[in-house]
Amino acid sequence: MMALPYITEHTGFTGTVYATEPTVQIGRLLMEELVNFIERVPKAQLASLWKNKDIQRLLPSPLKDAVEVSTWRSCYSMQEVNSALSKIQLVGYSQKIELFGAVQVTPLSSGYALGSSNWIIQSHYEKVSYVSGSSLLTTHPQPMDQASLKNSDVLILTGLTQIPTANPDGMVGEFCSNLALTVRNGGNVLVPCYPSGVIYDLLECLYQYIDSAGLSSIPFYFISPVANSSLEFSQIFAEWLCHNKQTKVYLPEPPFPHAELIQTNKLKHYPSIHGDFSNDFRQPCVVFTGHPSLRFGDVVHFMELWGKSSLNTVIFTEPDFSYLEALAPYQPLAMKCIYCPIDTRLNFIQVSKLLKEVQPLHVVCPEQYTQPPPAQSHRMDLMIDCQPPAMSYRRAEVLALPFKRRYEKIEIMPELADSLVPMEIKPGISLATVSAVLHTKDNKHILQPPPRPTQPTGGKKRKRASDDIPDCKVLKPLLSGSIPVDQFVQTLEKHGFSDIKVEDTAKGHIVLLQEAETLIQIEEDSTHIICDNDEMLRVRLRDLVLKFLQKF
Amino acid sequence: MDPGCSRLLPALCAALADPRQPVADDTCLEKLLDWLQTVTEAGSSLLLLQENPCLVELLFHVVKSQDLSSRILAFSLRLAGMFAAQETCFQYLQGDSSLFVASAAGQLLVHVLDLAMRGPAEGHCGPQAHAWPACAQEIVCHIEASLRSTATPQVAQALNVLTTAFGHYHGLWMQGLWVRLSPLVARLLERDPVPAAHSLVDLLLSVARSAGPSPDGGLWETLAQTLSRLSPTQAGPLALGILQLQGCPQALRTQAFGRLLQPLACVLKAAAQAPGPPGLPEGAAGDSVTVDTLLSSKSACVGLLCCALAHLELLQPLPQRPSPWPQAPLLGAAVTILRFCNGSASPTSDVGGRLCTILVGCARVQRAALDFLGVLSQETGPQEPVTQVFAILLEYLVSPDSSPMVLKKAFQATLRWLLRPPRAPGCCDLDPHPQLFLGELLPVLQKRLCSPCWEVRDSGLEFLTQVTRSWGGQAGFRHALLASEVPELTRQLLRDPESYVRASAVTATGQLSSQGLHAPPASPEHPGVQQSLLEELLHILSTDAEGFPRRAVMQVFTEWLRDGHADVAEDPEQFVARVLQAASRDLDWEVRAQGLELALVFLEQVLGQRGSRCAYAVALPEAAPPGTLAQALRALCRVQLFEFAFRALFDCDRPVAQKSCELLLFLRAKAAPYGSPQDAGGSPDVASVEATLQRWQAGEQGQPLGHLEPGAVMAVLKSLDLEGLRDTLAESSDHVEKSPQSLLQDMLASVGVLSENEADCY
Repeated sequence: MMALPYITEHTGFTGTVYATEPTVQIGRLLMEELVNFIERVPKAQLASLWKNKDIQRLLPSPLKDAVEVSTWRSCYSMQEVNSALSKIQLVGYSQKIELFGAVQVTPLSSGYALGSSNWIIQSHYEKVSYVSGSSLLTTHPQPMDQASLKNSDVLILTGLTQIPTANPDGMVGEFCSNLALTVRNGGNVLVPCYPSGVIYDLLECLYQYIDSAGLSSIPFYFISPVANSSLEFSQIFAEWLCHNKQTKVYLPEPPFPHAELIQTNKLKHYPSIHGDFSNDFRQPCVVFTGHPSLRFGDVVHFMELWGKSSLNTVIFTEPDFSYLEALAPYQPLAMKCIYCPIDTRLNFIQVSKLLKEVQPLHVVCPEQYTQPPPAQSHRMDLMIDCQPPAMSYRRAEVLALPFKRRYEKIEIMPELADSLVPMEIKPGISLATVSAVLHTKDNKHILQPPPRPTQPTGGKKRKRASDDIPDCKVLKPLLSGSIPVDQFVQTLEKHGFSDIKVEDTAKGHIVLLQEAETLIQIEEDSTHIICDNDEMLRVRLRDLVLKFLQKF
Repeated sequence: MDPGCSRLLPALCAALADPRQPVADDTCLEKLLDWLQTVTEAGSSLLLLQENPCLVELLFHVVKSQDLSSRILAFSLRLAGMFAAQETCFQYLQGDSSLFVASAAGQLLVHVLDLAMRGPAEGHCGPQAHAWPACAQEIVCHIEASLRSTATPQVAQALNVLTTAFGHYHGLWMQGLWVRLSPLVARLLERDPVPAAHSLVDLLLSVARSAGPSPDGGLWETLAQTLSRLSPTQAGPLALGILQLQGCPQALRTQAFGRLLQPLACVLKAAAQAPGPPGLPEGAAGDSVTVDTLLSSKSACVGLLCCALAHLELLQPLPQRPSPWPQAPLLGAAVTILRFCNGSASPTSDVGGRLCTILVGCARVQRAALDFLGVLSQETGPQEPVTQVFAILLEYLVSPDSSPMVLKKAFQATLRWLLRPPRAPGCCDLDPHPQLFLGELLPVLQKRLCSPCWEVRDSGLEFLTQVTRSWGGQAGFRHALLASEVPELTRQLLRDPESYVRASAVTATGQLSSQGLHAPPASPEHPGVQQSLLEELLHILSTDAEGFPRRAVMQVFTEWLRDGHADVAEDPEQFVARVLQAASRDLDWEVRAQGLELALVFLEQVLGQRGSRCAYAVALPEAAPPGTLAQALRALCRVQLFEFAFRALFDCDRPVAQKSCELLLFLRAKAAPYGSPQDAGGSPDVASVEATLQRWQAGEQGQPLGHLEPGAVMAVLKSLDLEGLRDTLAESSDHVEKSPQSLLQDMLASVGVLSENEADCY
């Protein structure tokens, strides 16, 4: 989502973007915060010469190791964000969206965040599921819709947890314990975070925890340009929430307990550290603010302010950034650093359960998921284990999905269907020939009755080439059935042929009429009569063959 | 039979005979049968039948009825059998779906068999089968046919019957029976899979136990064969059973121990970085079948490992366990399993990789391995990898992924390893290992006490209490603990929202305070805010809404009084008075009972120990020289101990009343030799006390006793029939509910539903 403006505004994109409403609204907030953080500290000038490979080589690490720096772009503007968002068409869960008549696309709840989706792309005979960031844990969003993923030909699996060894429950416990220990000692806690997502769950955990931990008097500050909107938006997306939270709305109660934290003044939110915040600021306290990379945003200020005291603690909860790299420019640092990445996306155990449940014919996933992480090469449990083995892909690789399109659905107009005369060729199976015009438009195929042949009017023949219609009258009948060789030979003998020899071939039989120097080749789907220039004989033989076959 | 029951019995019999009635469950019928048995044993069965014709009617009805449930049929048959104990021709009922019926049928067969074999002239039936009576022959043939059957349930029934036989009887004929049947049993081992393996194991062990010290050689062979034939999971219980047998050949014991160790050997082998002997005895080397079982599925692997660990845990403390005990490799195996489970093992073998995938994060195996690790602490070995043990325990205690239950087990195992007797006798301070470990442990404990999960806070506090109880006097521990925030955090947990945690925090702070390790006084910014611990605990006792914390406070106070805690010793009378006042109002009977325990401790302190002849009193700070009963009694009156005890005497909860009765009897015995200080027998004071007590006994406990004089107390004590009261209280509180009349009423009530419904129809 955060990259959307780059796609829609800089690549000549002219299509439609589909997204759920919370995705759009929360995505807007996240981009708004980013733009705000960046624009607060405008750069006097832009430098791009360093991207020259010869110069980049000379730069210190990690700059010199960065790949494809030439594609790096400066941050988009709010205008571009708005333009990108205007191209989005809103969709709801389980809504079926037709794409050019060729496929139907459906978003399903993925359980990871408000409005987060997995997608089904299906035609009449094929089904591809695209699973992105999904969660099976009971957090605030609607639970993951697994049932709709069943019967997939291909399941594309992406967006698994970035920290497969960290269990979110354990991490939340660590987060709370470390927070309490720090605050009890008179220290402050800094939580670098995004303004939406895990923070809702963290606030909910803290809501239940602060009284038991004796932290009721400790202020919690949430500082973000979009803090207010984020907290309020979360409360109004009732239909996108888990069942428990949905029922609260009908009581009526706010679905998230952070409303109560705000009412009781335990949680306060500010757009930035300037203004009201500086008047209210009281220590020890807990501050939630961005950006989790520690490179921009209000968090920078708090790192500078609290970094020198060992009483304070910074707790990293967002899994997107390496905390060591984030901290690198602040070293030496006296404050305690705790790494509690909370990533609720699927881990490998959950994937294995999901695949057992959903049973796709094929799994396609990034290459990284098919082997243990390089740092823990013995952990065979940290990879996708399925049968048949998952098909993997690398960045920017084009894959041919492992299925063939065999069938196409064609509709028959009712009046044409009425005119069919089916013939039962074996119990339960009837056949009928059909003569029709195949009409194809928007990837939909319709059989329509052929136009009636125009009766020649008067004696004049004014037929033009363009008026030609298919000649449907002189159709040869279709044949079906098989020829029993023994009976066929008997029939031949009855009709005066002698000296008949039968040879078995890989595909059928060859009946040799040695005297007549004629050969009848009988195969499953064809019969050939080969005789030298004796049309009479050929026709006789043909009629004998036809006696064994059905015509319609 | 008492008349009450006689009146109820006809209705019940009618209900039992009525197939439409949803008659009572098996348990009720069992109880009914038990009761009728006691009635027939107490008097004449014939008389019973004559007086209660409904019983005979029931039996007649059952014989005729087509649609009775099998449980009623079985009940009636057993009832008939009871009345005509000589009859030996009962149907086989073994296949019944009811567990009671099947087991009863099995037992019946065994009894009949025994009866037949003993015959009229006891001991005549020897091992020679051809001389057995026809009835026995028939039963044995039935068992033989069952053993030959291809249906596993039938084989299992036969094996169960034999197990019962060998468990109950030890006659000569049993040997004959075994000689005759053992080839059939041995043939079961040739089938694949072995049918009814559990029952087979039970039978073989039962035979081995009944056979005494020198059984027939064939048995040991069968056992050895079975051991190697059964799957690893089935062989475990057999191996453990063999190792517990007396007089078992050493070779078989070695084989059994090897079999028990096999799963652990596989784990050790799979984890080994370099090939080498894992150090387990010969025979333990993991065979391919064990490896296959371990790798076949997660549930098989978890089941096998948990059983192996549990069996070894049972074996460890037994005197007949194998010697030498392979302590070091077992420790290594436990640690390795724990490493597989937390993903820190880095095996190079394929089997290791698979095990890692199966076991990682498996809480069941973690719990079993931690329990086993704890048990191994009781053992000393030459080269124990103690460092490894502490390292893995610390990993588990630190890991955010440890579930609350696993964490609890980790704390328990840690405690056992920390508290094991010092290696060097006479050394009063800690071993270097625990001391080093402590430095890392306390920060973890600190964090765990802040966990959002109450179970974790609770286990942390329990651990702290126990470790302090044992180590409170050791300088190293005291220093480390006081330097940490643990005491302060513990004190804060007295206000935890979860009552179990508050209770554990009360016990922990009480223990810390007893050892002089309580949280330092209030911080300089808020002087006086923090009340003394005594006041805080009293506050909990009088205000906490849950029973657990209040019970814990009473226990702590009792210990404090017993041990002469400094805060208590300042003014014990005032302390006891306040505690008893709070406890007397408590709705929880355990708190009131504990109040009596505390009163008893106080009583012993002012009057001298119970059971000791010399009546000495612990010096009370402000008391005159001890020894005079009058002084002691006055002290007891001042703390209102009598009011508390008398109220408790008529408490609606029996244990409280019992305890109070004991206390007052002790007091009366103590005081008796000295005679009553003054004759207060007929004084108005005594009369009013007695009147109040009578009202209390009648349930009106509102009125207070008011101030009592020692003389009046002694007079009241003498006039009370405490012995009589004690005897009444000693009768089980459910003696009313357990009565046969109550059973009959209950059964009738359960069928009563139907008759009410029928009435509605009209």
